[in-house]
Amino acid sequence: MIVAASLVLIVLFSVGFHLLSPWWWTPIASNWGYIDTTLVVTFWITGAVFVAVVLFMAWCVFRYRHKPGRVAHYEPESRRLEIWLTGLTALGVAAMLAPGLVVWKQFITVPDEATEIEVVAQQWFWSYRLPGVDGRLGSSGVEWIDFENPLGINPHDRFGADDVVIDAGDLHLPLGQPVKVNLRSIDVLHDFYVPEFRAKMDMVPGMVTYFWFTPTRTGEFEVLCAELCGTGHGIMRGYVLIDEEAEYEAWLGEQFTFAGLPASQGIQVAKTAGGSDP
Amino acid sequence: MSSVSEGPDTGIPPAEVPDLPPPHAHGFWSRWVFSQDAKYIALQYSGTAIAIGLVALVLSWLIRMQLGFPGVFDFISAEAYYQFITMHGMIMVVYLLTAIFLGGFGNYLIPLMVGARDMVFPFVNMLSFWMYFAAVVVLAASFFAPGGPTGAGWTLYPPQAILSGTPGGTQWGIVLMLVSLILFIIGFTMGGLNYAVTVLQARTRGMTLMRMPLTIWGIFTATVMALLAFPALFVAAVMMLFDRLLGTSFFMPALVEMGEQLSYGGGSPIVFQHLFWFFGHPEVYIVALPAFGIVSDLIAVHARKNIFGYRMMVWAIVIIGALSFIVWAHHMYVSGMHPYFGFFFATTTLIIAVPTALKVYNWVLTLWRGDIHLTLPMLFALGFIVTFLNGGLTGLFLGNVVVDVPLSDTMFVVAHFHMVMGVAPIMVIFGAIYHWFPLISGRMLSHRMGLVHFWVTFIGAYAIFFPMHYVGLVGVPRRYPDITASFVPDSVATLNAFITVAALTVGAAQMLFLFNLFWSLCFGRRSGLNPWRAASLEWQTPEIPPRHGNWGKELPVVYRWAYDYSVPGAARDYIAQDDPGPRASWSHVP
Repeated sequence: MIVAASLVLIVLFSVGFHLLSPWWWTPIASNWGYIDTTLVVTFWITGAVFVAVVLFMAWCVFRYRHKPGRVAHYEPESRRLEIWLTGLTALGVAAMLAPGLVVWKQFITVPDEATEIEVVAQQWFWSYRLPGVDGRLGSSGVEWIDFENPLGINPHDRFGADDVVIDAGDLHLPLGQPVKVNLRSIDVLHDFYVPEFRAKMDMVPGMVTYFWFTPTRTGEFEVLCAELCGTGHGIMRGYVLIDEEAEYEAWLGEQFTFAGLPASQGIQVAKTAGGSDP
Repeated sequence: MSSVSEGPDTGIPPAEVPDLPPPHAHGFWSRWVFSQDAKYIALQYSGTAIAIGLVALVLSWLIRMQLGFPGVFDFISAEAYYQFITMHGMIMVVYLLTAIFLGGFGNYLIPLMVGARDMVFPFVNMLSFWMYFAAVVVLAASFFAPGGPTGAGWTLYPPQAILSGTPGGTQWGIVLMLVSLILFIIGFTMGGLNYAVTVLQARTRGMTLMRMPLTIWGIFTATVMALLAFPALFVAAVMMLFDRLLGTSFFMPALVEMGEQLSYGGGSPIVFQHLFWFFGHPEVYIVALPAFGIVSDLIAVHARKNIFGYRMMVWAIVIIGALSFIVWAHHMYVSGMHPYFGFFFATTTLIIAVPTALKVYNWVLTLWRGDIHLTLPMLFALGFIVTFLNGGLTGLFLGNVVVDVPLSDTMFVVAHFHMVMGVAPIMVIFGAIYHWFPLISGRMLSHRMGLVHFWVTFIGAYAIFFPMHYVGLVGVPRRYPDITASFVPDSVATLNAFITVAALTVGAAQMLFLFNLFWSLCFGRRSGLNPWRAASLEWQTPEIPPRHGNWGKELPVVYRWAYDYSVPGAARDYIAQDDPGPRASWSHVP
């Protein structure tokens, strides 16, 4: 009796906790509402299964607990029941998987109009690079990293000269403009994680990874590292600010390019640098 | 032998090999230290695993104290915190769960349940334990080494695992960790070959594969999987050791550490992740399958009913075992591997949910219309079903690639895997110990202490890990000693403090369990020969506890499966496997 009641209480507690507790995801600030929707669908399906199975179990424990004289029913298997249960389970799984894969396809397909930017991680801070007026990021490599060139931008690549470098500062992005975030690490694994954007991806030294998103509301969002990167992992923080277009332009004008010029003058640099094409 | 009726009518084949006695001990060392008796080796394995498991338990307290009350305990620095989580995870997964299920329960139960006198290679079996013991000693030694144990996370991802920014990275910690894993795998391979060959070759007459208890199916399948999966970890450990000590670059690309160019170049950290998870995901099932098998037997015995859908249960174990080798990269959805892998691994991962769900249904359907005795093993089995169901269902979030993106590397993941491969298998371990303690000692464990232990552990563990999912849903990342962040409401700190209190309480309840073990060993009620009235072979030995060689003069002969409970028309509510009485009416009974 106590056992059956406890099982029912566990169901009530779990459902109640889900519905009433204040702990839920942070309000979304990107286009990935589909991810949230898929997650909610998954909550409903799995929640229904959990409630059904545990309640059935509680009923069995209540109804068939040992009493003198009770004899268990003898039925080694039931093919029909097993086939039904397999079919229903497969259906439920498909109902979660199908939308999941469709959204994954969107997640990995970067729209053509997306602006490319770069996030560079190292122990234990974030740096950023925006393409200059030429709209392209110059190539990079760890062999060029030194005190003057902390992000390792290729000095011989003419596309790099006008790149806007934000070393250990905050990133600003314009509202409503899709961005492809190229991710690069120069030492160990990191992961660029802003909870409100839902998207995240590891950064792996030796390669460039990416994700894309469109910011959907202005504000200041905390960046965390989501892949263990050593002792400072927990304090590897930063901020991304989503601005209206005008504010963004104002901020951008105050930044400096790789060539050391104010970003507003970048266009001349791009024309005169004339390095080799990578 | 003359009493056994051989031939096609009974399905009992003639003996193929003579019944040889296992090697006997001749002195103190060969009896009590380098014993070759599988039952004694099982206890050595279990004792060592529980001892190092207690270290991991204490580490979990320290982790929770830091998370629940950040800043209060000065001695837990970020370095120490990372060392605690790393050692806690590695000990629990490898040195406790793997060792106790295969080395402990496997050694004790395989010969007894298949009707053998011992393992087929008793000497190798003994060596296997001592290699494991050496691995544990090396692991424990890293706590006292210069720089302390590694703090690279239990996944040991390079490059950080062998660099100076990580505790133990350029000191002794990571080296001892890798050496210990290598020793463990060598030891396990010796034991594992032994378990597999024993199941395949040393079953007694009449014990066909489809008459074996599901415990043996679970342990056997897990052993075969481990033999295939551990080599991936072995080579990964050797290569990382080379990277660390010899300056090779298997997993190390060109990189700049703290402004300084290192001499590495050309390697790939992702290759390590593939190797690690090619081992790591089967590892989940190496722990889960023995638990599946054992809990099936606990439920059948204590509900006085055959396990529902035995053949389906066997096939589900085998299919899950096979599928688990093609799902590993679901741990790597956001690792930077090629994004198209996401489609494949999400699909395989969700397919594996179907046979797993069937197992859950069949456990519950075994309870249905049963004669449920709410003994301690049954209570723990019920606790297992609830926690495993919960943890399995949250696996559907994380397995579905796009849903994993926001949740990966958050506390949701921590809650998920603790529920599914921490709490759930440990529930089974406890249930199994309450169930088989009489076989091992001849005495029953105290029921009253057991009840307190069960309720505190079950309710407490649920109270720890269920709310923890929501901490992750808020967005709190894992492996953070202090989770303060702009998006985290203050109420999460309150929830974290609650979880810590629950964790300390559950931990304390385990001390009661240990006390019960020792108390009942001396003062427990005597159990008699077959206290649970079980049908499977291990309870049909002439003495309890079984002596060396298990079976007295003659090996048992098996006439039926392990699940003839409440057979209509039978005199008792169970028919033992070695009972030559009439067969049941159901035509598919193996």
